Amino acid sequence: MRVIDVAEVTAKIRDMAIESNYNVDPEYLAQIESAKASESSPLGRNILNQITENAELASAERVPYCQDTGLSVVFADVGQDVHFTGGSLESAINEGVRQGYRDGYLRGSVVNDPLRRENTKDNTPAVIHYRVVPGDHFVLYFAAKGTGSENMSMARMLKPSDGREGILRTVVEHVFESGGNPCPPILLGIGLGGSIEKAAQIAKWSLFRPLGRPNPDLLVADLEQDILKAVNRTGVGPMGMGGDTTCVAVHIETYPCHIGALPICINVECHAHRHAELEF
Amino acid sequence: MNRVVSAGVVEIELPLRDEVIARLEMGEMCHLSGVIYTARDAAHKRMVEALELQEALPFDVQGEVVYYVGPTPPKPGAVIGSAGPTTSGRMDVYTPRILEAGLKGMIGKAGRSRPVVDAIVKYGCVYFAAVGGTAALLSRSIKKVEMIAYEDLGTEAIRKLWVERFPAVVAIDCHGNNIFEEGFKEYAAE
Repeated sequence: MRVIDVAEVTAKIRDMAIESNYNVDPEYLAQIESAKASESSPLGRNILNQITENAELASAERVPYCQDTGLSVVFADVGQDVHFTGGSLESAINEGVRQGYRDGYLRGSVVNDPLRRENTKDNTPAVIHYRVVPGDHFVLYFAAKGTGSENMSMARMLKPSDGREGILRTVVEHVFESGGNPCPPILLGIGLGGSIEKAAQIAKWSLFRPLGRPNPDLLVADLEQDILKAVNRTGVGPMGMGGDTTCVAVHIETYPCHIGALPICINVECHAHRHAELEF
Repeated sequence: MNRVVSAGVVEIELPLRDEVIARLEMGEMCHLSGVIYTARDAAHKRMVEALELQEALPFDVQGEVVYYVGPTPPKPGAVIGSAGPTTSGRMDVYTPRILEAGLKGMIGKAGRSRPVVDAIVKYGCVYFAAVGGTAALLSRSIKKVEMIAYEDLGTEAIRKLWVERFPAVVAIDCHGNNIFEEGFKEYAAE
């Protein structure tokens, strides 16, 4: 059995929160950089330039890339042979968020209750998903999820007869209707199958995949490519003001589902793609 | 009248004058210099409640520009933290009432509702879009900050900002031309 002191968890979450907010995913920025050559809208190219200039500035000056420093979303893969000491794991994760948002001058963007809506001022609590895995591994995945894109996410129960074409149509229509709201160029995380909440969870999880790495199932990878091409033909473009660069990658995760169901969740990610992972 | 265009960018001195607004066209790149005010969801809610009660607003909105932003806390020595635009659509329910009260310009990101576009035309206003997510870059154009009202709202408080050459695009002009309705057409494949 492996023993981990939760104080170590707090320190690591703190650092992940700060670093991810100052330094967004370099692969995402590389995709935007290369899109400058193919973007035919002059305004679109201007926007892509502002995005990469902003990224350089945020890294160099160690300030947040976006003023929406996000809701903290954590996936914790916990080996069944791991024992935590020093207090509650959940409290330790939240303490890491609290310290990171305070020490990194990040914005507290969380309200205590959806109806009372009082800002907790320290960005807690995080949304945490635990997965129990064999062995003594412990891996933490952290994301600072901006709400401009999160608000453009959706879940729907399609019919099995809708099939591949129905999925494709649903995603393309949704991206078109979302326009500039999710801050394109976007990343699409799509959960297919499971139940309503499983589809949402795997959609979120798909955003942690290295950018643009295809699903290992070729049937799914093929759909990822077809969706990517189709959404980039909508003309939505950078910030929704017209152009060729709407989406940089599509990640689909799947799960078995009921004979009568085809759940889909689209979790939209903005170009402020902030995530970090750490194996203890 | 003066209309300064430098390297394809319209240089605008605030406050906005009607004759300046009248010549702004959808899609034009602009630099805004002068005073703007921050307000987002919670501040809009309070301002519209004040208007309904016929109470004074925290600042005179006549001819002014509001920026939809909730900045990050400033680092020591900084004027302001990172300060990019938030999604304007969340303000749509409040906006026509505030334009009726005299506000002339808005800066945010993404599209607006039909009633907002109609109010922009009716009251001769303009809606600018800044690039969402470029908050570190945009904060460089903000030179001075003063807390004006609703300090208890924290990041959502109303602040007076002095900006220099703040970059924004004319997204909806005073004739109702709307880049979020028109922009995609040229680039969409059949």
